[in-house]
Amino acid sequence: MTAALTSATAEAGAPPPPPRGSSRIAWLLLTPGLAYLVLFFVAPVAVLLLTSLYERVPDGPVGATRPALRWENYTDALVTYAPQFGRSFLYAFIATVLALAIGYPLAYVIAVRCRNRPLLQGLLLVLVIAPFFTSFILRTIAWKQILADESLVVAVLKTISLLPDDARLTATPTAVVAGLTYNFLPFMTLPIYANLERLDLRLIEAGEDLYANPAETFRRVTLPLSMPGIVAGSLLTFIPAAGDYVNSALLGTASTAMIGNVIDSRFFRVVDYPTAAALSVLLMAAILLLVAAYVRRSGTDDLL
Amino acid sequence: MSRPQFSLGKYLLPVYAVVAFIYLLTPIAYTFAFSFNNAGRSNLTWQRFTWDNWRNPCGAPAVCESVVNSVAIALFATLGSTVLGTMIALALVRYRFRFRSATNLLLFLPMATPEVVLGAALLAQFLNLRVNPGFTTIVIAHIMFCISFVVVTVKARVATLDPHLGEAASDLYASPRVAFWRVTFPLLLPGIAAAAMLAFSLSFDDFIITNFNSGNTDTFPKFVYVSATRGIPAQANVIGSAMFLIALLVVLIGQVLAARRRAAAEAR
Repeated sequence: MTAALTSATAEAGAPPPPPRGSSRIAWLLLTPGLAYLVLFFVAPVAVLLLTSLYERVPDGPVGATRPALRWENYTDALVTYAPQFGRSFLYAFIATVLALAIGYPLAYVIAVRCRNRPLLQGLLLVLVIAPFFTSFILRTIAWKQILADESLVVAVLKTISLLPDDARLTATPTAVVAGLTYNFLPFMTLPIYANLERLDLRLIEAGEDLYANPAETFRRVTLPLSMPGIVAGSLLTFIPAAGDYVNSALLGTASTAMIGNVIDSRFFRVVDYPTAAALSVLLMAAILLLVAAYVRRSGTDDLL
Repeated sequence: MSRPQFSLGKYLLPVYAVVAFIYLLTPIAYTFAFSFNNAGRSNLTWQRFTWDNWRNPCGAPAVCESVVNSVAIALFATLGSTVLGTMIALALVRYRFRFRSATNLLLFLPMATPEVVLGAALLAQFLNLRVNPGFTTIVIAHIMFCISFVVVTVKARVATLDPHLGEAASDLYASPRVAFWRVTFPLLLPGIAAAAMLAFSLSFDDFIITNFNSGNTDTFPKFVYVSATRGIPAQANVIGSAMFLIALLVVLIGQVLAARRRAAAEAR
């Protein structure tokens, strides 16, 4: 697990060896996997695009649609669900920033401060990936119960007046954002760890020798060098967070509904496939645009 | 030249890290503690300590069926995605071919697409083909989203291999096939194993894509999510905690083995 997520960033650093060998073998190796992705990724997305333009049959059976080019599906979906769209991106953005604020120092402590203590380093790394070993739904429900009105934590917080008597922690936007941050924190921490693990400490010493104070050394040396890790971690956090509906469903209310909740309920409760498909296409397009802009801006094109 | 460490960083950072760890581990400790709760159907408030849930993890209806489904799905998904992904990774690093950037894009897109979109797209496809969602469609979906992660993991390993090792084997008159299976493949195995473990855990813990493509088939995450409204049986906590302990054991054994291998290499 660690190796996997850490290697996601490892390759950005090393130049690849020159490819060699015949292209016939290459295609033999590539064809099965790429064909699979074409069949079960490209084709479904194409079907989704088509479905997003279909129109519903008003008097037909539940979920009945007919082929059409109804572009209004998109405008209707955007107008109706603009708040949920906005919320998704806002919550995902806040969660990404919080995860970075928590995950970067954590990764730094494990990768740099514990570098001479491999045993401690290994242990802390296991603790970071530990959440992966318990079902994330179970952990989210655990949060729901920890933060519940009648829970011990809330009672203690109220007793020491850290929390007003009538305040609640569940069913609030704060709880949803905290849940998102929690669930994707390891995805932020591990790529940054993988990057900082290879940071040459002599560079920091050089910065100090040149009379930069620690803050400036960090800003001018460490931070730019760890940029690929930050970019990979932010993407691994932001993308799933923007499409998530589990945290909102378990920790929030209808007024914290994100776009994932709408897509889910359009598909399964309302059985309105065209709207669900249009919303999915919009979400995918928006995320791809953001990702492309972010990757370009942060100067880590080779990540792709 | 060594200067005294920045004192703020020296003390603040470790404290910060400890708080972060508490945040990360609290729900796990909670899940573990409540697996010992004598709670009956609704495991919401602490009643009293019991071993019963651990003695009889299948005591609650449908828990174990869902776990068996999840394990079976994860095994199939791991096998399929590891084979397909490893082949792609080998081709990407070792061979020259056209459409390389198109291939890279095709591998990147599934990772950059939110699960809810992947799930909805596949379900739209299955509905279109009049395929009833169930066990098979879950496996198909899981292989799809695991492939890219396998490629990334194995690719990193292939890229660190010394290409001269294969050449050395050829110089010693090994056929390309023998050189691959006797030299390259064993060196790749740790990377492939890491990829397989990643695929297994991604598949086992997946909820959103699964929920779209599962029909009436229950997986463990789906079982927990669905029962959340009417109360989760303590047996679910037992399963979650047991998975946690097993995975922890696997990782620790892996670390010990790696440390031994390093020590042996240094001794040589």
